[in-house]
Amino acid sequence: MKRSTATALGRHAVLIVGAAFVVMPFLWMFTTSLQSRAETYSNGSILPTSWHWENYAVAWEAAPFGQYYLNSLIMAAGIVGGHLVLDAFAAYAFARLRFPLKNAIFVVLLAALMIPTFVTIIPAYSLVASFGWIDTYWGLIVPRLADVFGIILLRQYFASIPSELEDAARIDGCSRVGIFFRIMVPLALPAFATLGIFSFLFAWNDFLWPLLVTNSDELRTIQIGLSAFQGRYGTSWNYLMAGTLTATVPSIIVFMFFQRALIRGIAASGLKD
Amino acid sequence: MTQLASRVRPDRFRGRGGAPRARYERGEILTAAAFLLPALVVLGVFVIYPIISAGYISLTSWNGFSPVKEFIGLDNYARLAQDPEFWNSLLVTCIYAAGVCLLSVASGLVVALLLDAPLRGRGFYRGVYFLPAVTSSVAAAIVWRYMLDPSGFVNTVLEGVGIQGPDWLQDRWLALGALTLLTVWKNVGFNAILYLTALQALPEGVFEAAQIDGASFAQRVRYMTVPLLKPMTFFVIVQALITSFQSFDLVYVLTGGGPQGGTEVLGMIMYREAFRLSDFGYGTAIAFVTLFLVLGVTLVNWRASGSGRSSLR
Repeated sequence: MKRSTATALGRHAVLIVGAAFVVMPFLWMFTTSLQSRAETYSNGSILPTSWHWENYAVAWEAAPFGQYYLNSLIMAAGIVGGHLVLDAFAAYAFARLRFPLKNAIFVVLLAALMIPTFVTIIPAYSLVASFGWIDTYWGLIVPRLADVFGIILLRQYFASIPSELEDAARIDGCSRVGIFFRIMVPLALPAFATLGIFSFLFAWNDFLWPLLVTNSDELRTIQIGLSAFQGRYGTSWNYLMAGTLTATVPSIIVFMFFQRALIRGIAASGLKD
Repeated sequence: MTQLASRVRPDRFRGRGGAPRARYERGEILTAAAFLLPALVVLGVFVIYPIISAGYISLTSWNGFSPVKEFIGLDNYARLAQDPEFWNSLLVTCIYAAGVCLLSVASGLVVALLLDAPLRGRGFYRGVYFLPAVTSSVAAAIVWRYMLDPSGFVNTVLEGVGIQGPDWLQDRWLALGALTLLTVWKNVGFNAILYLTALQALPEGVFEAAQIDGASFAQRVRYMTVPLLKPMTFFVIVQALITSFQSFDLVYVLTGGGPQGGTEVLGMIMYREAFRLSDFGYGTAIAFVTLFLVLGVTLVNWRASGSGRSSLR
């Protein structure tokens, strides 16, 4: 009994030291965001020593963070919506319907998942440029409306739903489309939640593609705006940290609310964006 | 009624009507086509077609704008072989990838082992360790850049114990080390959850038996857990490889590839050649090198980890 208590204490000690290392940058970001400019060059305290909340207003005035936020939200909504609808349709076809070349198509998609994004990004960029989609929401959203990861995730889940339910519905005269909407979708809501969170985090945090297809402040997403803000105000650490924190908050909130669905998704699929 | 029956059990009607593929039902194929079409169009146009197209672009001197793509054979690859910046980048990327793999496996395994027990606040720890993974690369790199600044947290702490800290991001090896740590920091929660999942799937009885037979905790980890987790280690290494060979955002913001090319990973020179210098052909050739590297190293790792008897599927 005594020994196991000691072991548990040991575990806690190591975990807390590790957690401190992990959390330190977040604390430092928060503390700095509330300091005056002079303090950022002299103060080593990890806990807030002053409370200059106006830094946030200054940062948001200095760059159109509101517009960046809006652009990121629009892009994320488009991508999440696209994944939930397009991936789900395709996943259902792969999980339940029988059609020629089914396995061949699926293998091609799996293989595409292994290809580094660097390979596809140059031709995809010139394609989007030739459509005249540079600096438009189309360019930000349409090329990412569907993804292979979501198809695999939902297909696995659909396949685990007992087919007796569908058989019963079919005997009752329900069409395939009806079965999809009335049986599969309601039963697969947890999987939809998982995919939705992955897709949101992917979209909100995405950098390289929005960097390539946007030029103007009107279309820049939050990550691109933040990176540009750093270029301009690189040494005004307090404002920079205030901007960085506001850009990070949505991901953290989503994570806190949907932690379970996210972790379940990783455990189930062992995949990431 | 017959129609309904055929919907329920299409198998029974195999071979009916002389159609060469009577295994499939027309209505079902049409439904499948309608369901698949939207996703396949998007993926076909923006993923599959670009892969094929990239293969050709890497054999041209295309600048990204001109309507003509002049075919130059393997010239881009020959140019790579003589480009000192490319060799520097390849070296930097390989050192970086090796560091990320090693530390990802170690940190993920340690955190998972610590969490793999009935422990108060387990969910809390798991959440905390996962926090960096949901943070954007841009935000993470900005904060680290400030922490490593001469006036930042790290040097202030070092000063507190009487050490004059270096200018971390101005030294090429220290900068590469910082980039490696940043990447590992960002993924530690992800790797820990992967290992935790694998740990929880292991048979408990064997471990209890070993404990009763007097095997210490260290012995159990060394001779039982680590070998049993091999398939997951393979997977963690593959993920770490893909992450580091594809690294761009973190480098772009933390160091911009500097100092003196010390952190110029392949993604950085690909970006510069293609999008700054408008040499799409050369940029695409660099992208293909990352593809060959990922595939090659994965294959070697797969062989090494015992013919890849992995439980990935």
